[in-house]
Amino acid sequence: MLARAAATPPAVGSSLPRENHTVSIRGVNINIQGLGYRYSTRGKPTFSNLRLESQRGEALAIIGRSGCGKSTLLHIIAGLNRPTEGSIQFDGKTVDGPSSRWVMMFQAPHLFPWMKVSQNVGIGLRFAGWPEKEKAERVAEALRLVELSDYAETNVQDLSGGQQQRVALARSLVMEPELLLLDEPFSALDAFTRASLQRDVRSIAKRLGFNLIIVTHDIDEAVLMADRALIMAGAPGKIVHEFQVDLADPRQRQDPAVQSMRARLMDAFHAAAQISGSAAQEMEEEAISGIA
Amino acid sequence: MRDGTAATAIQPSGGVLKGTANGLVNFFAGLTILFALWWLAIYLATLDPAASHWAAFGPIPAFKSLGKMWESGLIANALWTSGYRLGIGLLIAIAIGVPIGIVMGRSKRFRDLSNSPFQLMRMISPLSWEPIAVIMFAGWDPAIIFLIAIASVWPVIFSTAAGLAKVDPAWFKVARNLGAKPWHIVTQIILPAITFDVLTGIRLAVGVAWIVLVPAEFLGVTSGFGYTIEDARESLEYDHLMAMILVIGAVGYVIDASLLMLIKRFSWHKQ
Ligand SMILES: Nc1ncnc2c1ncn2[C@@H]1O[C@H](COP(=O)(O)OP(=O)(O)OP(=O)(O)O)[C@@H](O)[C@H]1O
Ligand SMILES: [Mg+2]
Repeated sequence: MLARAAATPPAVGSSLPRENHTVSIRGVNINIQGLGYRYSTRGKPTFSNLRLESQRGEALAIIGRSGCGKSTLLHIIAGLNRPTEGSIQFDGKTVDGPSSRWVMMFQAPHLFPWMKVSQNVGIGLRFAGWPEKEKAERVAEALRLVELSDYAETNVQDLSGGQQQRVALARSLVMEPELLLLDEPFSALDAFTRASLQRDVRSIAKRLGFNLIIVTHDIDEAVLMADRALIMAGAPGKIVHEFQVDLADPRQRQDPAVQSMRARLMDAFHAAAQISGSAAQEMEEEAISGIA
Repeated sequence: MRDGTAATAIQPSGGVLKGTANGLVNFFAGLTILFALWWLAIYLATLDPAASHWAAFGPIPAFKSLGKMWESGLIANALWTSGYRLGIGLLIAIAIGVPIGIVMGRSKRFRDLSNSPFQLMRMISPLSWEPIAVIMFAGWDPAIIFLIAIASVWPVIFSTAAGLAKVDPAWFKVARNLGAKPWHIVTQIILPAITFDVLTGIRLAVGVAWIVLVPAEFLGVTSGFGYTIEDARESLEYDHLMAMILVIGAVGYVIDASLLMLIKRFSWHKQ
């Protein structure tokens, strides 16, 4: 992928050759303090006093049980839901709404059914006012990455669930944002496609230097994709444990170092289980079944 | 709904062509039966010599005068003037109806508030506005355009609102997330999402407007389909009258069929 800020169309007649853009400083320092959120004023808080920090260019994985608030947290970070308490800062600036610089891929594809695959993927660039030609190149590249080049002109309603998920991934990836938030992005995919996308998305993020926050149920995915894994527990949602994933790239599933890292992450779940009782216990069982 | 799509793509070979051929056969067979019945009715009526003047109402005189009226420019003239009134009336109805429909679909408060007055006004026969229209407007043309607009605005409003109700709120979230500005939401999301329903509303509106147009032209004006029929009746040219009725039916049919094609083209709903 080309390294270029998605929000700004390429400058016409720019004197700089394109290669010069590949050395770009991307990513953001994320600083979340005292975050509180509730869906309704009467109801229980989804979060209270949640703290999360992440360095420029870091890949974070968030693991946690169903319903503990992972999707809600991503929505808040993406600026789609407003926190009821506390604030979210990127490089010291408070996030006050969505932007093409921080893009989220939702848990469900939510494709636009009246658009073809390529139009769905290009819609964000279209909002940003990209010229047709550059947009088409970027879209073609993103489709190649998710292995859907042959489906560019297909109606999205004629795709399988996994194909729709890959279109949704391409649609957010094509923006090359500062921060990409992925909510269980590969849950509908077969093992082979999932493995290659896990590798590719991480390597793109690393090459372009943008931040990645990925929500997953899959311990393997956290080990293969993240620099740091956060274990989240619910009611109200908080981060109960964090775990550094110090592994060299490229990461291979069968690599002994990856295997032992996974075992250590499992141990971290045991630790988390002691902290937050039965909730973490169940999560651990989920994690074990994920490996089987 | 989404999972069964693979099966719907499979069609028996030649299915489309066969469908068109069948359609054409049915089209002509149906019309032939219609004209045969018409001819038969007039034939039976004119068996009684006292009713021989009914012969002019038959299909053969009608088709004969159709050619003559076309050559004299009578039909083209009526088409042009009536088409103008219909077109402008519809454009006004769309320009007013679509935004109101969007607001109605988006705002529950507006929907609740507007429901009773709109339902009440919708039920007023458009032609009952005629005396008011004549007083309101100086010329006959604007009065007729007003009648057409007020007749066709309701289906446009209600279809637009119904289309918006079907819009998935997640689409707005996705669009905002990808950096959409408010005008992008309108032009790239709302409008394409509801085009199908708006066109369906316009099709209903054209149906109503076409029905209102002819009686509205019976009074005052000296051009258009309604006037031409009224004129033919007064000058006892019953073959002209029947020819005009034929043209009204045919033109209405063509407009409706074209809109149906447009609707199919813009439909993204999968059955
Ligand atoms: N729109 C909403 N209105 C009210 N409550 C909500 C809403 N969305 C989610 N919740 C509640 O907030 C909590 C967190 O939901 P969220 O979707 O963030 O969980 P999650 O961790 O992403 O779960 P999963 O792993 O199943 O996707 C849940 O208890 C849920 O019931
Ligand atoms: Mg979720």
